[in-house]
Amino acid sequence: MDIHEYQAKKILSDFGVTIPRGGIVYSPENAENKAREIGGSRWVVKAQIHSGARGKAGGIIVCNSPLEVAQATDKLLGKKLVTNQTGPEGKIVNRIYIEEATDIERELYLGLVFDRSSESIMVVASTEGGMSVEEISKEKPETIIRSKIEVAVGMQSFQARELAFGLGIEPDLIRRASETIIGCYKAFSELDATMVEVNPLVISKQKQILALDCKMSFDNNAMFRRNQVSELRDKTQEDSKEVFASDRGLNYVSLDGNIGNIINGAGLAMASMDMIKLAGGSPANFLDVGGGATPEKIVKAFKLVTMDEKVKVILVNIFAGINRCDWVAEGIVEALKKIEVNVPLVIRLAGTNVEKGNQILKESKINYIEANTLEDAANKAVAALNK
Amino acid sequence: MTVLIDKNSKIIIQGFTGKMGTFHADEMIKYGSNVVGGVTPGKGGSKHLNLPVFNTVKDAVSETGADASILFVPPAFAADSAMEAADAGIKTCVAIVDGIPSHDMIRIKRYMRRYTKSSKMTLVGPNCAGIISPGKSMLGIMPGHIYKEGRIGIISRSGTLGYEAAQQLKNLNIGVSTSVGIGGDPINGSSFRDIIEKFETDDETDAILMIGEIGGPQEVAAGEFAKDNMRKPVIAYIAGLTAPKGRVMGHAGAIVSAYGESAIEKVEILKECGITISKNPSVMGDTVKSVLEKM
Repeated sequence: MDIHEYQAKKILSDFGVTIPRGGIVYSPENAENKAREIGGSRWVVKAQIHSGARGKAGGIIVCNSPLEVAQATDKLLGKKLVTNQTGPEGKIVNRIYIEEATDIERELYLGLVFDRSSESIMVVASTEGGMSVEEISKEKPETIIRSKIEVAVGMQSFQARELAFGLGIEPDLIRRASETIIGCYKAFSELDATMVEVNPLVISKQKQILALDCKMSFDNNAMFRRNQVSELRDKTQEDSKEVFASDRGLNYVSLDGNIGNIINGAGLAMASMDMIKLAGGSPANFLDVGGGATPEKIVKAFKLVTMDEKVKVILVNIFAGINRCDWVAEGIVEALKKIEVNVPLVIRLAGTNVEKGNQILKESKINYIEANTLEDAANKAVAALNK
Repeated sequence: MTVLIDKNSKIIIQGFTGKMGTFHADEMIKYGSNVVGGVTPGKGGSKHLNLPVFNTVKDAVSETGADASILFVPPAFAADSAMEAADAGIKTCVAIVDGIPSHDMIRIKRYMRRYTKSSKMTLVGPNCAGIISPGKSMLGIMPGHIYKEGRIGIISRSGTLGYEAAQQLKNLNIGVSTSVGIGGDPINGSSFRDIIEKFETDDETDAILMIGEIGGPQEVAAGEFAKDNMRKPVIAYIAGLTAPKGRVMGHAGAIVSAYGESAIEKVEILKECGITISKNPSVMGDTVKSVLEKM
């Protein structure tokens, strides 16, 4: 789960990281007042969407008066911002963060992620803040320093100090820099985060160490014990079909193609998408209804896939294990009574009681194309598309 | 010897009296697994499915001599249950449950460092289908009848894709020595490398089929291990050729976040390690067959 910049900043500030003064607003009037309340003579108006690279997309505006702050807010609110991370459909701006402008002396990069090889938390830092970590590793890999943290004992002061000295931070600021790094580590480990990125972490001309922009992502599996974090979810930033799916216990990812998929198991779903591609087609979605593929889930899955206007063919591929094919077939027949499907439907059943399952489908008089293997299913789906 | 479990494995069910535990315990018993009891804290002393229920794993082990367990407890309590099994002297533990926080998985693995290699439990999963040694024992939730007895070892992150492979092999009259589902989470109890190492020394296994997917460093680590240490042939399929970068594809661990984690990159690296690639998921069985014919 992702959260907004302003939410991540609030969390980090609770863990002892200094952030510029700022506040969230929902209207231009609100924004003007907020700017006066913050004080100073320069402000930054920042569109809150779940994406980086907002600056290049026009989502960050520097202003020199409260009036300008109001105008910038007016311009951004309700707008769809398209960045290199949002996809062509962009993301809607519903919230604006107003922040005092910072006099920047140096921009640094600080990121924390799970390292799956060592099964520990990896802290990554670089002197090249402001660039994305991908760009840094491509263009200035020599500036990257890493520190692997043993999670059983947590981050030690010396590890934070080593990073701070490694970034060339002046001696007077080392203590504050170490506290900042440890604050980020604590936020990561105490809140079940999967990523914390402060980019840039800046040293201001006034010699403050500030988190100027930050991103946090959290482990969906841990949200049951992180009520305060899960409340920060903003569904307006997610694909509406993906929200529909996750609210109903389905795993769904929207894709660009036109063959809709209903499959049980994530691996089999990915494999089926691969087969579609090899057959010359293109998947409209990834959809895993779960290993069990209960009739209720099948109904929900049909509802979801038929919501997508791109879908020109639907491919159902279920490998029944403990749930039997006859049961799955009944679920499909049930679903088609409730949901109108106006595109060709290819169904492949495999596993337990496959003959019985296919017989139920045949006798139900539903309009479908039967397939026997993964390859057969993909070929028939692509052929149906071209008819 | 069979990898991880055999006919004599004494199995207990953790979370025995719940709906999932009851259903799958019954399926395992029907398959012929030697289930000797179960654990549900607070219900010790009672009987369930005609088998004894214990309050703690230690009680179950001392009364029944159990050496294998399978977890059907909710995600919030799964880490605790796995550590309890490790401490009670269980040798092989399968965690079926989907939804264990990554921080908890790390906690389990750190906890297990206190045991010496010979006394350390093998944890398989979470978010997996479990282990089956066809004709001998099933410690999992798979449909047992699709597995034919034989000499191929299967390791898969995905449950249903593992079934697909077993079915393809059966259709070609090829059997399986043991199939291990290591699960779809970012951090799991046993990796591909851990399990192929066990297959290499298993005299009932001739070749290994490894079914991987996008995300994480595990397939590559196994490939590098195989290149330097294995004599038995390894065949691999990697799912997710069409998966977009940076998106989680169902499995919490199926996300491309670094170089070498996409399907194409994994395939290239595995080829360099001398592993035979099944070029698509519908020819996993055929690819194994062609490798066996060359042996």
